[in-house]
Amino acid sequence: MSDTQLHAGIGQGLLKGLSVTLRTMLHRSITVQYPHVKPQLPPRTRSVIALKQENCTVCYKCSRECPDWCIYIDAHKESHEPAGGGRARSAKILDRFAIDFALCMYCGICVEVCPFDALFWSPEFEYAEYDVKELTHEMDRLEEWTYTVLPPPALEEGAEAPADDATEVAS
Amino acid sequence: MIAGSVFDDLPFGGYWLALVLKAAIALGIFLVVPLAVGYMEHKVLAHMQARLGPMEAGRFHGWAQLVADGVKFVQKEDVVPAAADAGVFSLAPAVVMIPYIVTLVAIPFGASIYLLDLDVGVFFVLAMSSVGVIGVLMAGWASANKFSLIGALRAAAQLIAYELPLVLATAAVVMQAGTMSLLGIAEAQHSVWFVFYPWQLFGFVIFMMASVAELTRPPFDMPLADSEIIFGAYTEYTGLKFAFFLLAEYGGIVVMSAIAATLYLGGFQPLFGIAAFIPGPLWVIGKVFALSFVIVWLRATFPRLREDQLQRFAWIGLTPLALLLILVTSVYRVGIG
Repeated sequence: MSDTQLHAGIGQGLLKGLSVTLRTMLHRSITVQYPHVKPQLPPRTRSVIALKQENCTVCYKCSRECPDWCIYIDAHKESHEPAGGGRARSAKILDRFAIDFALCMYCGICVEVCPFDALFWSPEFEYAEYDVKELTHEMDRLEEWTYTVLPPPALEEGAEAPADDATEVAS
Repeated sequence: MIAGSVFDDLPFGGYWLALVLKAAIALGIFLVVPLAVGYMEHKVLAHMQARLGPMEAGRFHGWAQLVADGVKFVQKEDVVPAAADAGVFSLAPAVVMIPYIVTLVAIPFGASIYLLDLDVGVFFVLAMSSVGVIGVLMAGWASANKFSLIGALRAAAQLIAYELPLVLATAAVVMQAGTMSLLGIAEAQHSVWFVFYPWQLFGFVIFMMASVAELTRPPFDMPLADSEIIFGAYTEYTGLKFAFFLLAEYGGIVVMSAIAATLYLGGFQPLFGIAAFIPGPLWVIGKVFALSFVIVWLRATFPRLREDQLQRFAWIGLTPLALLLILVTSVYRVGIG
């Protein structure tokens, strides 16, 4: 038994405990009344994967890298005759992009491998369904979720600038 | 000194009218105040853990949570285990609950507002509040479940152990007041509450600890100990019968708080005559809630005592101290008072 314990009188620990609970009671509780009050989520919250359709080139990298094969992509090719004549140029058109969130394990590999920033982590989390089949969300829904993607937090002072510039990476 | 009860001169020759009225009042108090205390426990416990507690039922801060719980309990299936002794099993909740209602009858709410003034009031309330443990034993034995039986036997052992300091502390109050009538004890504290005498403050602490143990409330809740024996004697109960046990628990808090308020905090007497315009019943209710708050506060703060620690605390801790208290009080009575 240490000296401090010896000198603290009988029952002092009990009183200390009582004062802790009393002080906690008098402080404001930290509960957020969720359905009535939306939580303040930090930027980069990884709640759901959103798709920016414009950026998608249908390269299939995400669906191939996905560990549990939960991304479904359908596309077709369209040929366009150039106005000035010449060989027709073909483009891939995205018909379907769906993520089965019943299978998704939120590893984020698809977001990492996407070469054209078409996939994002979105802070939306209210996409529960009554049927597991309904959890396969189509690209319209995935597009909506991009609207709420928060800007990344500012860099810390003295941090290295992000290498988002192609020339910077090359040099 | 003791004025007649307000129920004495009712019209229509009033004996039966008064009787029905008194029974209705006692039942009404028993059905309303414990719910309020239960709601307070929800809220206080939650805020002591930095939570909010019930917020939805009844819209305003979840005031109707316990009413909703009651409705839920009524809807539940009433299960009697196949091996249970059905008659005893079904009777047990009533045996636990009714004594507390009966005890309420003896609590005075004002100099002339009381249901029954018994010459042996203290003896009556202590005896009645101890009957409940028979119901717990019945429940434990009739459930045909080892957890229930362990819980019931622990409850019985705990009651025997803590009844002693409880009664001895009360005896010191009776000696100081010179009467066993609860009304008389409250009247005796007209100028100074007993709790302001140093040795009676000590007795008050003993009384409160022993009451918490008698109610098997945390930190003395070894008979229920949900992490090891599920819910003690109440393990097999469902629906309305289980609700009765819960109501009895909160009713018990109210009754023990009311007894403590009458014995030590002057019952319906104002503090040193301050704010004497507040009527007696409000003083009693206020004190009951203050003491109930302390009981909830203890639950929120302290971890459960082990069974052997419980028994040791009662037999070699509280009981000798309570005997010492009696000695001091008798010296005071004979020598000074």
